[in-house]
Amino acid sequence: MKIVVCVNHVPDTETRVKVASDGRTIDPAGVNYMLNPYDEFAIEAALQLKEKFGGETIALSLGTDTHKETLRKSLAMGIDKAILLKDNSVRDSYSVATAIAEELRTQSADCILFGKQSIDYYNEQVPGLVAEFLGLPSVSVVVKIEPRDGTVICEREIEGGHEVVETKFPLVIAAQKGLNEPRYPSLKGIMSAKSKPIEERIPKPVPPKVETLAMHKPPPKQPGKIVGTGAAAVPELVRLLHEEAKVI
Amino acid sequence: MKLLAFAEQREGKFKKAAYEVTQAGRRLADQLGAEFVTLVVGHDVAGIAQSLGGFGAQRVITVQDARLRLYSTRAYAKIVAEVAKREAAGVILFPASQMGKDLSPRVAGKLEAGIAADCIAIKVDNGEIVATRPVYAGKALIDVRVTSTTKIFTLRPNVFTATPTNGAAVSAETFTVELQDADFDARVTQVKIAEGRPDVTEASIIVSGVIEKLADVLGAAVGASRAVVDAGWRPHDEQVGQTGKTVSPTLYIACGISGAVQHLAGMSSSKYIVAINKDKDAPIFQVADYGVVGDVFEILPALTNELKRVLGK
Ligand SMILES: Cc1cc2nc3c(=O)[nH]c(=O)nc-3n(C[C@H](O)[C@H](O)[C@H](O)COP(=O)(O)OP(=O)(O)OC[C@H]3O[C@@H](n4cnc5c(N)ncnc54)[C@H](O)[C@@H]3O)c2cc1C
Ligand SMILES: Nc1ncnc2c1ncn2[C@@H]1O[C@H](COP(=O)(O)O)[C@@H](O)[C@H]1O
Repeated sequence: MKIVVCVNHVPDTETRVKVASDGRTIDPAGVNYMLNPYDEFAIEAALQLKEKFGGETIALSLGTDTHKETLRKSLAMGIDKAILLKDNSVRDSYSVATAIAEELRTQSADCILFGKQSIDYYNEQVPGLVAEFLGLPSVSVVVKIEPRDGTVICEREIEGGHEVVETKFPLVIAAQKGLNEPRYPSLKGIMSAKSKPIEERIPKPVPPKVETLAMHKPPPKQPGKIVGTGAAAVPELVRLLHEEAKVI
Repeated sequence: MKLLAFAEQREGKFKKAAYEVTQAGRRLADQLGAEFVTLVVGHDVAGIAQSLGGFGAQRVITVQDARLRLYSTRAYAKIVAEVAKREAAGVILFPASQMGKDLSPRVAGKLEAGIAADCIAIKVDNGEIVATRPVYAGKALIDVRVTSTTKIFTLRPNVFTATPTNGAAVSAETFTVELQDADFDARVTQVKIAEGRPDVTEASIIVSGVIEKLADVLGAAVGASRAVVDAGWRPHDEQVGQTGKTVSPTLYIACGISGAVQHLAGMSSSKYIVAINKDKDAPIFQVADYGVVGDVFEILPALTNELKRVLGK
């Protein structure tokens, strides 16, 4: 079985966001980047599929050379080889997905795994777009994958519960937290990652379809009021919720 | 120009987000001088279509098929794209619900459309739609425009209000879209709904922490921080935050939650935030409208009782 995992490289969750001088992006100074957290679930799922069915696992990322860090981490977790679609142009989900689909056309993978979303722009679009471009079925927000002879049963999260989805390989899956417990890279994995190949390709330029006009900080919230201390403050709290905020 | 709104229904009932998208769509269509069309997809849904009139719908198109009773990504995407093409819709609105977020990229791929996802505000500026959406876990907002011919926007649930008006009568039409077996190659066979409390993304009140009694008095959803989820005390689908769910309830009660940036990322757009924490310097108090300093085990029973008294339960 051939399994491709698409991984993104994003600012870590502690990042203090400062708007850059262009007024449209964040100031990269002092920002640490990491493997997108949801993509760890996708990597773990890829490794488990390989353990079950054998075959090859490939990590794929589109971005600048810095994305190699995230590809190395994928390799350290146990992925066999990596591909960097080297690009530093301004892209939106559509143009990222176009380039990823272009590469995947040459791979004919049985399973293409994604994270549920990138935690920088929260778009949640690349997996569905890639599946559409490749004409494959897709299941998003997946918390369970169960291949059963000829079919694949997935569960995806919806409001207040789960949907059970019946589908088949070749398939696009976007992983949600809860799908599995991603493994930590072992020392051996980290060492061998250094000698595993990262192939590089230059994707075709594609103009974005969404343009950022301005980035701004959300209006600061007025510091709230401390109603009081201990259970004695409860009647006043309830009165405020009832009469001032009118929310209960 | 036409504006098409996708009104999500499940089990023959509209989601609250369907009304929100309809009302926001109507407002936007009026501002653009565009014709407004609402689409309902499912099985046996003609009967409920009329009710959208109360939220500003003018023309409602239904596409019905027994195979559409449960959601199916490619079949639904094909229908939305076909209707958008037949109607020559320049703008399509979806709720940023689990269905809307699954469906919109597939529709976008078919129509070569850009998507402004999870919008929290949307306006018309010089005849063009400008949408505001949070990025970097709500630490920044961006104003975007979509440059493709067909433009897709998904609207964050609970942010756009839906107030019923004395809507005029709506005309409901039935469209037929040919569906093949291949359109059902990822088919929902079963929906497992956890009975009892509402889901965090849809609830108007959320109580976060280990606090079921209070949640029940308020008919609220239960939310959780990652610390609690990782400890195995609450299921991960209740986790609120950067790697959990993004919620915008009217009232969010944080009980014994420190207010780490990753948690705030998921709930800071709540209309009112109440924090109960024994540490008076906990960061959650920085974003709370009302704070009470103290032990949750002492305050919660008192709060539960006081609410029962006030709400007459
Ligand atoms: C990549 C990444 C992603 C993350 N994503 C998320 C996410 O999506 N959601 C999320 O929530 N977190 C997330 N986190 C974790 C986050 O950083 C915090 O660790 C977490 O939110 C802390 O949860 P907590 O406030 O419940 O626990 P703690 O930090 O342990 O805080 C407990 C708080 O409760 C108070 N307290 C304790 N006992 C009582 C009592 N009896 N009465 C009153 N007050 C009491 C304490 O004063 C303290 O303020 C993420 C972290 C990383 C690195
Ligand atoms: N530049 C990228 N390179 C590779 N994979 C990506 C890239 N951007 C997004 N993805 C994948 O698509 C998923 C959803 O991302 P998004 O649509 O950006 O929220 C991520 O979790 C990744 O698996």
